[in-house]
Amino acid sequence: MSARNRELLGLIPASLLVTAGFAGVFIQRSNALSNVSLTYGALFLGLCIAAHIFIRITLPRADPYMFPLVAVLASFGLVMIYRIEPTLARQQAQWFVLGLILFAATILLLRDYRKLERYRYVIVLISLGLLVLPRLPGIGYAANGAYLGVRIPGLFVFQPAEFAKIGLVIFLASYLRDTRQVLVQGGRRFLGITFPPLKQFGPVVVIWGLAMATLVVLSDTGSSVMFYGALLAMLYVATNRLSFVVIGLIAAAIGFWYLGTHIPHIHARVETWLHPLNPTLYHAPLGSYQVANSMFAQAAGGMFGQGFGQAALTLPNGGALLPAPQTDMIYAVITDELGLFGAVAVLMTYLLLVARGFKTAMLARDSFSTLLAAGLSAMLALQVFVIVGGVTRVIPLTGVTLPFISYGGSSIVANLVLVALLLLVSDRARRPA
Amino acid sequence: MNAPIARLFGVVILLFALLVVFTSRWTVFEASSLNNNSLNVRTLLDELKIKRGQILAADGTVLAKSVPAAGNTWSRSYPTGSLFSQPVGFSIAAKGEASGLEESAGSDLRGVQTGLSSIFGQLSPRPVGDDVYTTLDTKGQRAAQQALAGRAGSVVAIDPSTGAVKVMYSNPGYNDNNPPAKSSTTDTTFNRATQGAYAPGSTFKIVTATAAIDSGQYTPDSVINGDSPITVSGVPLSNDGDKSWGPQTLTTAMTYSINTIFAQVAEHVGRPTMTDYMKRFGFYSKPPLDFPSFELNTSKPVAPDGRPYPPGSPNEDIGRIGIGEGGMQVTPLQMAMVAAAVANGGTLMTPHLIDRVVDQDGRTARTTNPTVYSHVMKPSTAAEVTKMMEKVVEEGTGTAVQLGGISVAGKTGTAQIGANGSNLTQPAFVAFAPADHPKIAIAVNVDISNGGFGGTVAAPIAKAVLQALLANGG
Repeated sequence: MSARNRELLGLIPASLLVTAGFAGVFIQRSNALSNVSLTYGALFLGLCIAAHIFIRITLPRADPYMFPLVAVLASFGLVMIYRIEPTLARQQAQWFVLGLILFAATILLLRDYRKLERYRYVIVLISLGLLVLPRLPGIGYAANGAYLGVRIPGLFVFQPAEFAKIGLVIFLASYLRDTRQVLVQGGRRFLGITFPPLKQFGPVVVIWGLAMATLVVLSDTGSSVMFYGALLAMLYVATNRLSFVVIGLIAAAIGFWYLGTHIPHIHARVETWLHPLNPTLYHAPLGSYQVANSMFAQAAGGMFGQGFGQAALTLPNGGALLPAPQTDMIYAVITDELGLFGAVAVLMTYLLLVARGFKTAMLARDSFSTLLAAGLSAMLALQVFVIVGGVTRVIPLTGVTLPFISYGGSSIVANLVLVALLLLVSDRARRPA
Repeated sequence: MNAPIARLFGVVILLFALLVVFTSRWTVFEASSLNNNSLNVRTLLDELKIKRGQILAADGTVLAKSVPAAGNTWSRSYPTGSLFSQPVGFSIAAKGEASGLEESAGSDLRGVQTGLSSIFGQLSPRPVGDDVYTTLDTKGQRAAQQALAGRAGSVVAIDPSTGAVKVMYSNPGYNDNNPPAKSSTTDTTFNRATQGAYAPGSTFKIVTATAAIDSGQYTPDSVINGDSPITVSGVPLSNDGDKSWGPQTLTTAMTYSINTIFAQVAEHVGRPTMTDYMKRFGFYSKPPLDFPSFELNTSKPVAPDGRPYPPGSPNEDIGRIGIGEGGMQVTPLQMAMVAAAVANGGTLMTPHLIDRVVDQDGRTARTTNPTVYSHVMKPSTAAEVTKMMEKVVEEGTGTAVQLGGISVAGKTGTAQIGANGSNLTQPAFVAFAPADHPKIAIAVNVDISNGGFGGTVAAPIAKAVLQALLANGG
């Protein structure tokens, strides 16, 4: 069976899932199965088939599993958002359409994605510029003390960090391709540890210092962790030097310890992470209410969950029982309604997607492609880890989206572009030599 | 570069495994402690979403119902307000507070909520509980409210043959639509009928007479010296008005409530036998009513330091206990059970408030079958004690309860409260009617009266309630 036919078959579970999911929500809402659920399923299937035909024409050899996995996640996200707030689901569906258009545009414009290397400094400057945007007066705005979004009044709201992450991976892939030999060979041993040569490593350190500083100014710790993790992952793939990663981790540990004890907003997050069930913290403004209720929601879900539409999200007075259920807390809602099994199924889907990304990186025949695919995959995996880890209290909670599932236009559009890049790399890697 | 990518993927798998471990921790391993955490309001929210069943009087009057509230929830409404507030109680799901039948019949009112849910959710989106039909009689309850006329006190009426509680009224009541806060100083949720601790006074002589006759040591015709005062446990005891009655039968002593005779009888019957009969009547244990345990008080003698005497304690003054003093504390419910035991030929039926539970489809889910609580005395003893109590109403201290064509058996009680020489009393009356085939056993207690007696203050209340209940076809 050809790769594309396998992709087409892979879309069937996604369509079944979205139809069954909407049917479940409808039954729960009106005690009757409406044919609207079938319409939703059909529309979604139509969109996916259109995208599939597009991939069939433009990237015939690309990885056949990546797009169906994305479709499963996106359809599942759509059902969850619909269950939380139907109007948001309609908007999310529109964003998904826009995302697919940009997905197609990326594939068409970047048939030879390696030309991106030529613009690497432009790309990195734009990315850093994007990161600063939310701090600009007039258009930037803060949520929960972190500057995450940009609002053009009357037009749209978007989260620049979602796009910046792709630009930074492209830059690093290109820069590390150039310098990785020197980084390995020019390393100096000191006290038994190999340190990278400052001259070649300098620009990386400078740019990442800038990125980190920007993020600290913006208080967007989640993206900061994600970006730094992706940097270390790509550095490791480029050099195969564990010592670089260890040095990086130690530096990061010191940095986060300092931030965690000296920046009030971050310190508060650490406190709520450590003591979410402390009644004083629980009732404090911006306290542990959200984290504690995330745990309560997961406990309510248990092994098999309460069923679609059964999770309690609001208080009788209209207040939020679980704040931000459609974005930060969507994993808690999933666990509440589908239980440990549903949550693990979602995590496994991400793991499969990441595995296909790493597989693509391994198959790629040039260093830039390998580093690009590995970096994008690592970024995706880290994003899932940062938000799910925050919701499940592995790490302090920070506001990043759950890719493809959380409500948010920037997130779904940027992540579809990310997948488009992975498919581009994959198609080139699988072309006969 | 493939080896580091493979190792990197290994790290990703480890990180995801960590996520699975922590999700398992909250969903499985620590789920019950999180579900029970006091900060977690989810269980209360689930309660709010359940449409609790109705609570109804025996005649179908709705005493409690669910009304829709904001956000897909239900709240409780009590159409009869303070009239039934004590037996019905209240339920505030949002605070997790409940009392009365709302608490004790809670699992019926919530219905059986199966934990079955599927990926499509429960097919019945709004859980509905069962209706609880009580044994309470609306006319009797209203008669009790009117007869008490605002005085603090309570009335309990029981069908002696089944144990069905017909009337449970305690004044002051409260509006259960808006119950007073638990900590407030004017907590009128206190249910005198089941939580009160009254000195029974002479109504307790029914227990003493039962022990005396059933143990074979006395007959109604036994003659005892009724001079006053006599020394009981080293302290002088006198009759009402310090009257010396001379030698009198036990029946006469009952009719005119002669303290000195009953104190001697109790001392002669002895502590072990008295304690045995008290236990048979239900003293020393919580009443077996289908009511919240925290709203049931145990009737027992209490030492001056406030601690209950252990049953049969050598420190208790059994002579004074025999006339309802000596630290004896009873609930009106217990005294109604005493009357009911005599009325039912010596067999005490388990009192109950719930008659049946009916589900939303009209099927009877559960019916309370009358059960025997204890065989207190021989039927012959019951017949003799009944005759003695009839005399009380015919010519003794309880003439105020006479019902015309219907014979009533009763016993008055008037406990002195406050300092010696104080005029303040606690009038009580215990009765059942009709005496020949009893349908209602009743106990009336009034908290405080300025010089009133059980026969003058409490007996007319009992009469009014008996009239209402017996006119009902009882």
